[in-house]
Amino acid sequence: MEFEDLYQEIILDHYRKPRNICEGDDTGHICVKHENPLCGDELSLHMKMNRNDTIKDICYRARGCSISISSASIMTEAVKGLKKNEAMELIEAVRRMMHGEVVGDDLGDIEALQGVAKFPVRVKCALLAWMALKDALQSPYRQR
Amino acid sequence: MTENLVNSKEARIKYLDQDKISRDFPILKRKVKGKRLVYLDSAATSQKPRQVIQKISEYYERYNANPHRGIHTLSGESTEAYEGARTRLARFLNAPANGVVFTKNCTEAINLVAYSWARRRLVAGDEILCTVMDHHSNIVPWQMVAADTGVKLRYVPVTDEGDLDLSKLDELVTGKTRLVAVTGASNVLGTITQLESLIESARAVGALVLVDGAQLVPHVPVDFKAMGADFLAIAGHKMLGPTGIGALVARPELLEEMEPFLGGGGMILDLTLEGSKWIEPPWKFEAGTPMVAEAIGLRAAVDYLEEIGMEAIRQHEKKLVNYALKEFAKIEDFHLYGELGPERHTATFSFNIGDSRGGIIHPHDVGTYFDSLGLAIRAGHHCAKPLMRRFKVVSMSRASCYLYNSESDIDKLVDAIHKARKFFTGV
Repeated sequence: MEFEDLYQEIILDHYRKPRNICEGDDTGHICVKHENPLCGDELSLHMKMNRNDTIKDICYRARGCSISISSASIMTEAVKGLKKNEAMELIEAVRRMMHGEVVGDDLGDIEALQGVAKFPVRVKCALLAWMALKDALQSPYRQR
Repeated sequence: MTENLVNSKEARIKYLDQDKISRDFPILKRKVKGKRLVYLDSAATSQKPRQVIQKISEYYERYNANPHRGIHTLSGESTEAYEGARTRLARFLNAPANGVVFTKNCTEAINLVAYSWARRRLVAGDEILCTVMDHHSNIVPWQMVAADTGVKLRYVPVTDEGDLDLSKLDELVTGKTRLVAVTGASNVLGTITQLESLIESARAVGALVLVDGAQLVPHVPVDFKAMGADFLAIAGHKMLGPTGIGALVARPELLEEMEPFLGGGGMILDLTLEGSKWIEPPWKFEAGTPMVAEAIGLRAAVDYLEEIGMEAIRQHEKKLVNYALKEFAKIEDFHLYGELGPERHTATFSFNIGDSRGGIIHPHDVGTYFDSLGLAIRAGHHCAKPLMRRFKVVSMSRASCYLYNSESDIDKLVDAIHKARKFFTGV
């Protein structure tokens, strides 16, 4: 059933109990905001880098559907501590996954997003957080 | 006499045969995701009875030909059928047949007025009054006119209950107002608007009135002459007809004075290399080969609607509204937009389901989940972004009913709402 592929238990768990929602103040963070005007999803991502180019801290605030919220939750868990180039590779892997490619079986919770590829209209929801991350990583203003 | 009429109407209402009606719509037998389809998206487009589908097939199988042009038998039959559809639609709406211009949809009908009337008549300083409730198709054409001419747009606000707020109408309709463009019924809230007051105010200042009838004509008996509007735009596919046909209904004298919207074949009295003379309306506005099959389909739809009776359909929908409002009121953390009661409400319901932590379950999640249960609803901004902003939401879920829906469909909807909340929130 395609429906169960989309709303896997891992997705629902991240949606019901989203991880890494921003709480404190954002001083010194790289902040990017992405929107999907079609469905009104909105995500602002806040990130801090270590001097050695690894993601020190990452959190988000979001308004959106279960797919975009859970994807953001899964993403922030997955990339914390990763080097910039590792995170960029992961973004590319998720992007390819959303286009129906099989990208390996060692991606943890990210694999739960595989089912979204069967729902083309929801791919943008899943990619919102990952595209925001890409933007943040490429931001010229990031702190070192 | 009057009493007989009332009695006969009541008799028909009583016997509105739900089983027969659903048998007439082949698509309603379809299964979606293994479940019997519950179609609750008629405000987007209605389903078609086999009577309509058959008439369209019959045209292509027996007398397909270009109307108005040929002298052979088929062309004659095609012309007769196309023009017959115009007469039939005019009678259905109590409008003069020479005031009925066929268009490809309701949007084109509105644009025809924007291009052929507003752009040529209005100048900077003039005002067009729209509403916050209207569909983009009755806002965007006027914004385009405003950008080209310097005309000012003003908007009637919407109350919390989902009504047009006419409390400041005196300030909105002034000597500068040249056109009032308003929907007859909201595609989101189901609200049937106060056309009478709006038309009266417009009359008082000499402004014209365009009614977007896309959501009104399929559900409420409409008498164009009695209504007193100058223009009425309709969509065939929302009233059991095929896609690709709509109409602009207008006072014929206005059409006389207007220049064509599109130029081409079929609208020329005489043409020299120096210029052309137009034939009379409505044909003046129908350049190119018209939508013959679609007009024939629309005629069959009108026949079908009148066979059942628009008053009976209205009563049926009032019953559904009554039932739905009662059932919705029992649901906790549920937001219904537009609650004016059955007299002012078509059976279109827009809502959001609370997620029991202060937010809402996103309508796209609701729509996907409902689909897995066989329920077809619409989720999104419904081409009414100003109205979404008015209610401080980005999107809504919408369930919209028609004559083939029953109270049991409302039960399935309510059941699906409970299930969706449990599924997404886990509580």
